[in-house]
Amino acid sequence: MIDLNWYPVWRRNFLVWKKLAIPSLLGNLADPMLYMLGLGYGLGGLLQAVDGVPYLNFLAAGTLAYSVMNSATFETLYSAFSRMHVQKTWEAILNTPLTLKDVLLGELFWATSKSLLSAVAIMLVIWALGLYDNFAMTLALLPVAVLTGFCFAGMGLAINAVSPNYDFFLYYFTLAITPMILLGGVFYPPSALPAWLAGIAAWLPLTHAINLARPLVLGHLPTDILLHGLALLAYGLAGFAAALVLTKRRLLK
Amino acid sequence: MSPLILRGLCKSYGGNLVVDGLDLELEPGRCHGLLGPNGAGKTTTLRLALGLIGTDAGSVDLLGYPMPAEAALARRKVGVVPQIDSLDPDFTVRENLQTYGRYFGMKGHEIEARIPYLLEFSGLAGKADAPINNLSGGMKRRLTLARALVNDPDLIFLDEPTTGLDPQARHLIWQGLRRLIGQGKTLLLTTHFMDEAERLCDVISVLDQGRVIVRGSPRELISEHIEPHVVEIYGEGLNEWKACASSYCRRCEQAGETLFCYTEAPDRVVAELAAMPGLRYLHRPANLEDVFLKLTGRDLRD
Repeated sequence: MIDLNWYPVWRRNFLVWKKLAIPSLLGNLADPMLYMLGLGYGLGGLLQAVDGVPYLNFLAAGTLAYSVMNSATFETLYSAFSRMHVQKTWEAILNTPLTLKDVLLGELFWATSKSLLSAVAIMLVIWALGLYDNFAMTLALLPVAVLTGFCFAGMGLAINAVSPNYDFFLYYFTLAITPMILLGGVFYPPSALPAWLAGIAAWLPLTHAINLARPLVLGHLPTDILLHGLALLAYGLAGFAAALVLTKRRLLK
Repeated sequence: MSPLILRGLCKSYGGNLVVDGLDLELEPGRCHGLLGPNGAGKTTTLRLALGLIGTDAGSVDLLGYPMPAEAALARRKVGVVPQIDSLDPDFTVRENLQTYGRYFGMKGHEIEARIPYLLEFSGLAGKADAPINNLSGGMKRRLTLARALVNDPDLIFLDEPTTGLDPQARHLIWQGLRRLIGQGKTLLLTTHFMDEAERLCDVISVLDQGRVIVRGSPRELISEHIEPHVVEIYGEGLNEWKACASSYCRRCEQAGETLFCYTEAPDRVVAELAAMPGLRYLHRPANLEDVFLKLTGRDLRD
């Protein structure tokens, strides 16, 4: 199971990305940055401290998790779908000694890598604006970003496997991603929600990611680290396992 | 050793038997044609041979490896030219070859050493740094062929390699394929162009309903399965002429407004036709297409 056969697939995506790195980075970052700064300063100006910190500081970890989620999701939906369905890149690879597992692992790790890059960009802003409490602790955001990216990449690949076209992804955004952004604690603490809604929110992968990221930005150790970490891992692994079965059914039948 | 042995191969989809007890054995260093109407099982046979899908029954032996169990090992020495273009549009010609070589586990310097030959082979020496979208259809096809050679394969699968190309581009592909045959490579080619199969293939297997119905060299197939001459007749008075044609025409087939007369004695037919000014005709030697249509029928299979 553990081999590096996936690496040429990862590298292929990296080399394509490298050609368009600057516009791609700007595209990836402009959106979360605008949310964070616009809402942080704009809305934050109207608010008292949230959870005892300025709103911008509160928002920083949410933005980081949201950005990581978006990165992995876009990469495994739109970009991976283009490679699989439109350009037939995966089929070309499957004619070589590489297997579908290698292709999907390459995609999984690539999407995770892009997530990590998004996280680093947000972290630069967090550091530059001094939105953190303890610098050493913010470094622990890196493994959190990897885990979160892995989680959403695995789930995204499963959705990709069953999608007939690009329009289908809208269902995933409407039914999964948007509820997570609104309920997962990006913009406000889930404690602000009614108990039943907060109960649902607690199960969402993005909530787990934010429960890890927010304390790290605000300078204290997260509680239930193992629970949140394992939850992210479980969502990602379940998604990836489903992606393996469903993509095999789609391409190798 | 035969590079590919298929024995009693079966594959069905939803109760529909697509490959039905197919046997095929390739001779090394030869070009093999796999002909058959749409739905005859050609592409499924290729996918089974490559180990991309598992068999329901029967066995596949690819370069000595049982498939699909050892597919990854066997495919190290196999090249594939797929039916649908799958070049990487984000890369240049050179980058396409480099990237594809890495899928075979080749080292950077091994690929670099091979690229000048591949560019020369595909006639793309001046286009190494051109983006894929700047290439013509024929160039893309040639690059796809070159890409399939990056790992110096012993056996090359070609699924309709010239579909959609203009005659100039087809001839260039044929030259390349002849060169590969000359190098001792084994080729397995599917095509709908009978002239292509007749020109390139040493051995042809005609598939219908998931099994090989005949096998032989193009010349053998023509001499064994069909009369040597064909007269195609069309125009005013065809039906009257057809009524009395059986006396000097061994076998007649009507397709739409055209009557195909298969005969050993074309002179007689042509002489009779001279007396029918309303009829136009074309007299030609029988070819592989005539054999194909005789064996698989004239009905559409879509």
